[in-house]
Amino acid sequence: MVTNSNIFNPNLVSDLQQMFQYQFMQHAFEAGTIVAIIAGIVGYFVVLRRSAFASHALSHIGFAGAAGAVLMGANPIFGLLTFTCGGGVGMAVLGPRAVNRDVQIGTILAFMLGLGVLFISLYTGYATEAYSILFGEILGISGTDVIVTLVASLVILAAVGASYRPLLFASLDEDVAEAKGMSMPLLGVIFMLLVAVAVSISVQVVGVLLIFSLMVTPAAMARRLAKRPRNAIIISVLIALAATWSSLFIAFYEPYPVSFFITTMVFAAYLFVRYVYPSRICLECREKFSSISLGRHLEKKHPQG
Amino acid sequence: MDYKDPKTSNAPDEILRAENLAAGYPGKIVWQGANFSFVRGEFVAIIGPNGAGKTLLIRLLLGLKQPSKGTITVLNLPPRRGNPKIGYVPQRHLVDNDTNIECVELVRLAYSGNRWGIGMESGKERKIALEALEAVGASELAHQPLNALSGGELQRIFLAEALVSDPEILLLDEPLSNLDIRRARELVQLVNKVVRTRNVTALLVAHDINPLLPFLDKVVYIANGKAATGIPKDVLTSESLSALYGVHIEVIRDSRGNIAIIGIEDHHGDE
Repeated sequence: MVTNSNIFNPNLVSDLQQMFQYQFMQHAFEAGTIVAIIAGIVGYFVVLRRSAFASHALSHIGFAGAAGAVLMGANPIFGLLTFTCGGGVGMAVLGPRAVNRDVQIGTILAFMLGLGVLFISLYTGYATEAYSILFGEILGISGTDVIVTLVASLVILAAVGASYRPLLFASLDEDVAEAKGMSMPLLGVIFMLLVAVAVSISVQVVGVLLIFSLMVTPAAMARRLAKRPRNAIIISVLIALAATWSSLFIAFYEPYPVSFFITTMVFAAYLFVRYVYPSRICLECREKFSSISLGRHLEKKHPQG
Repeated sequence: MDYKDPKTSNAPDEILRAENLAAGYPGKIVWQGANFSFVRGEFVAIIGPNGAGKTLLIRLLLGLKQPSKGTITVLNLPPRRGNPKIGYVPQRHLVDNDTNIECVELVRLAYSGNRWGIGMESGKERKIALEALEAVGASELAHQPLNALSGGELQRIFLAEALVSDPEILLLDEPLSNLDIRRARELVQLVNKVVRTRNVTALLVAHDINPLLPFLDKVVYIANGKAATGIPKDVLTSESLSALYGVHIEVIRDSRGNIAIIGIEDHHGDE
């Protein structure tokens, strides 16, 4: 739907003006921004709890839900939300401890993907729908989708705000948190629901198969760069936002999928943080490393709170 | 080391009490017949071979498990999960290698992590966490990432985590297990200092009593389904252990005062 008729101009203001003349670009930027913020925040907890497999599994479960919704002639986002939330609660109930939950996750994943296969076999004209669910189709997002995304993200923000400290503590030190009287099953369910809703809205941007690039990799980078959870979350959101915005910008001029640009950018950033960034610094003097890292830099700017 | 605060030693209030206590799992008693009474400010070691049920006693006190028989009280009440008067260091070896969160954040979460909401007073919470780190001599580690610490440093952070809520009871499960002799002694001295200066009652689980012996007020010896409690020099003798277990047990002392207990499952004390 984006053609090469749009010519890049060094004047970025006029570029953006031209871009936002198109409603689909407006919607794409709105949804992309919301999703990047939510994925960056929730992704940090996913990484901290070592639940990357859960987020991956939930996105695949979402595919089955979306296929079911398409079969019934409904908006795929509702199928996504229903299936991921159901699957997430199931995972939390079957495996109440954060670690060693892989078997329970895989069991539910296989069962619900089986339903997905059934739905696809029952539906005849699905090919393009399935493609956009698998790989994301942010340029095709509707005004309704943007509103659903916004509402879902506000729910996530409220839930993260309420459970921020218990969730962090239970993720870092489950044994002490349990002895302090916190309910691990309850926190497990809250966490899985957060991931389920975040995955559902992220699928619109990067699709089921590429969910890692927004939900896991930016947060994994942020964790390396900051020693304080709050700063790590800020960095994680900034990385996800930078990747989404710049990819949308490029995709306006180049006829390739937005998801491809996002995944490539995130991967390049990951390689940089993983290999180039630390090697530029004397690794043997850890103190030095931590004081020049971005996390520390942010902390100095905001010493309190 | 026999120093007791005169203000409190006049009326030593009972902190922990067990009567004819038995613990185990459904259908299986692991040990029984434990009787003890610990007062404020006592340093107690729980020793015994692996698998004897030492951690079980900690879980009873935390309210994470119910006794199979008998009664147990914590500050004159039945144990309950989430008792803020208890500071707890669970048995564990290392933090996740990727966890580069700074120490003060972990200690801060131990203080406020059980509260809902995002926590608007993070400056105040961090200050309280820094005070706890100072109390264990770990101020210089406050901004170090957890995964950069040595085993001994980590145990000090965990101790600060347990102390940050200003508890009256400390339960430390195998804090010495991954430390060399020198680090183990340093940590025991630190726990002793905390016990004496803050007048808390500390129960420390270990399988080797020797680093602890100079500092202990009481000992709980758990082995072969039974538990013996008392002052170390009374409990840890050939006569008293042989009488308790009905088999010949020998307690051997070397010239430096180290002891080894021979004749029960494995002989420990010489590791």
